[in-house]
Amino acid sequence: MTQDKFEELKTEADTYWETRSNGNIPLIRIGTAMCGHAAGAYRVADKLKTVLSERSIEANFDEVGCLGLCYAEPLLDIKKPGSPRVFFNNVTADDIDQIIEGYLINNVLPESNVLGYMGEGEVPESADAMENIPGIALQNRIALRNAGHIAPSNALQYIATGGYSGLYKAVTTMEPSEVIDEVKNSGLRGRGGAAFPTGVKWSFLVGSPGPTKYILCNCEEGDPGAYNDKGILESDPHTLLEGLAIAGYATGASNGIVFIRHGHDGPIDRTEAAITEAYENGLLGENIFGSDFSFDIEVALTGESYVAGEETALMEAVEGKRSMPRFRPPFPAAFGVWGKPSNINNVKSLSYAPEIISKGSEWFSAIGVNQSTGTAIVCLSGDVNKPGLYEVSMGMTLGQVVDDLGGGVSGGRELKLLQTGGPLGGVLGPDSRDIHIDFDEMRSAGAIFGSGGIIVGSEDVCAVDLTRVLVAFCQFESCGKCFPCRLGMEHLLEIVERISNFQSKPGDMDLMRSVGGTMEAGSLCGHGQLGFGPIRSAITHFESDFKSHIEENICPTGSCNRPKIVPKNTRPYANDFATGD
Amino acid sequence: MTVENDSLRKQIKEAIASQKRPTVTVLSSLLAIQDSIGYIPNEAIEEVAIAMNASINSVFGVASFYPNFRFTPPGDHSVEVCWGPTCHLLGAGRVLDEVLEQLGLEDEGDTPDGQVSFRFNTCLGACSRGPVISIDHELYGNVTDTQASILLRQLKDNPKTS
Repeated sequence: MTQDKFEELKTEADTYWETRSNGNIPLIRIGTAMCGHAAGAYRVADKLKTVLSERSIEANFDEVGCLGLCYAEPLLDIKKPGSPRVFFNNVTADDIDQIIEGYLINNVLPESNVLGYMGEGEVPESADAMENIPGIALQNRIALRNAGHIAPSNALQYIATGGYSGLYKAVTTMEPSEVIDEVKNSGLRGRGGAAFPTGVKWSFLVGSPGPTKYILCNCEEGDPGAYNDKGILESDPHTLLEGLAIAGYATGASNGIVFIRHGHDGPIDRTEAAITEAYENGLLGENIFGSDFSFDIEVALTGESYVAGEETALMEAVEGKRSMPRFRPPFPAAFGVWGKPSNINNVKSLSYAPEIISKGSEWFSAIGVNQSTGTAIVCLSGDVNKPGLYEVSMGMTLGQVVDDLGGGVSGGRELKLLQTGGPLGGVLGPDSRDIHIDFDEMRSAGAIFGSGGIIVGSEDVCAVDLTRVLVAFCQFESCGKCFPCRLGMEHLLEIVERISNFQSKPGDMDLMRSVGGTMEAGSLCGHGQLGFGPIRSAITHFESDFKSHIEENICPTGSCNRPKIVPKNTRPYANDFATGD
Repeated sequence: MTVENDSLRKQIKEAIASQKRPTVTVLSSLLAIQDSIGYIPNEAIEEVAIAMNASINSVFGVASFYPNFRFTPPGDHSVEVCWGPTCHLLGAGRVLDEVLEQLGLEDEGDTPDGQVSFRFNTCLGACSRGPVISIDHELYGNVTDTQASILLRQLKDNPKTS
């Protein structure tokens, strides 16, 4: 595609989108990201399509991603000509008739389900503006700017909302080194958990010999409690593709691979559909925008393995092997996937790149605090009234996240703990409300921001019980390559289970610290090195919970009195296989 | 070699050959077979080894590593319950108890009548709607033990026809 062609495509996209989103035919959108899916959005969508066709109503319909308000799903909105978008929350298939009959046809809002309106036009009575909802007002959406607004895989809708202009600007007006400087100056740090400066990481790949070099995008995201990578891929995969291509241009890479866990069908299907559309429109492939820059992107799947999210294990899985980490050195920039120079980035980190290039590093670095620039994409779940996928400026306090975004702890209960940063992260106590979302501040508080998961635990949660589940997860997911992690996790689980079963032995707490220390010192990758983290932070903040199990045989919340079902490592053994008959 | 075996091998070869993604590996082939026939029979290990020029040992090594692979034909329906920390806090334990009781199982596995294959899932990805269960890959969020019980009864009353 040449430069002129992109201008033409942009004009075509603008016309198409203006007609669709603001034309004479109503546009109905339903959120069908995983949160919507789990809330029954596909059943609502089916019913909607039936009703529209039975009544011969002319309306456009788009499945969109997540607006952030997961608690309100299924979330449906109708944009009638001359009216703003009107949102209906927690819609069931049974509500569709009323919404279509009442609002779409007769312009009367139903008594329930109305969440608010968004945009210009004649405002229906009794509806409130969406921007008055804290979950919308407090968000500052950059990577998720299009989520919930456009059809995820549709290239024209993405281009009409400013998409691919960052890549266009980079390829047609900037040198690769300028792109890297721009990302460095923005202060963007990797959002996968390690918070390493993204621009610096990209620069490692620049000097590596080509012509084949890989930029890998990590959407393994097996962490329970985190769904923001999947959220981006489901809601706006073109943002990631554009970011990946920008990274490719900046580093001189030839290929991009988006690495997704098998079974996450929404993210996989939408990303692949977006890749197809990008190729069809000449936005990927040979000589992008008529330049010398050519870039290919494909999707690779992993089986279920949390450790496959570790960068060298990820490369093993891309090559089709067991996802076990490699020894380093050599580092990926020298010897990566298929032995070629490679660079691994998280979905979120790459998804900021288009806007950083379009709007400039100064704009981005002005958002956030201290050394944590930009936004945090928070996955808020657990005992909270309004769980969601919220993109907020870095520097917001955890208290604001729980109380303002999340609407407080559910059931009017007291906050007891916050589990942050995924299963290898940490547990914080009720006094953590004043801690800011800032990579360094969270780390010094004994937790990590990690990939953005925040699980809220109320007073009814037993710290020992939660720790047991976290440790069971880490044990289940240990890949088994190095013994400190393989045996250590097993040993830690055994001890935590013992404590939660009121059968602890003298010295168990010290034994856990000793095992944890060995794992930290001797494990090959972060899984083992950080595997003691959840226990350490839990025994720091909730020593009394552990003590009452150990010394008094009492679980303060009663959670540990229930029968416990925790899956053991169920990987089959080689003797299950007998060569064919 | 039996006719049944021949047709199984044919399905396996087709699954390996019809992969659309440009990079084909041992893992991608195994995933394609699992998607196509629902499990990894011994024949699949052999065919992948031939197609990818790998040893049987190394192919089985990959298949046995990832817990999403199974080595026996699956039941007609799949049921998965998430036991991630969010779902656990929100009552996944009660849902698990109910599901196991309904299915007459004590752990992961298949019901004796071959109707349902049940497994735990470490995270179904919809934590904001926990507890989450998946029935035939349809997600159900904010599930209570009662709702899980109703969904499973519907499943029993509605045996798969295909």
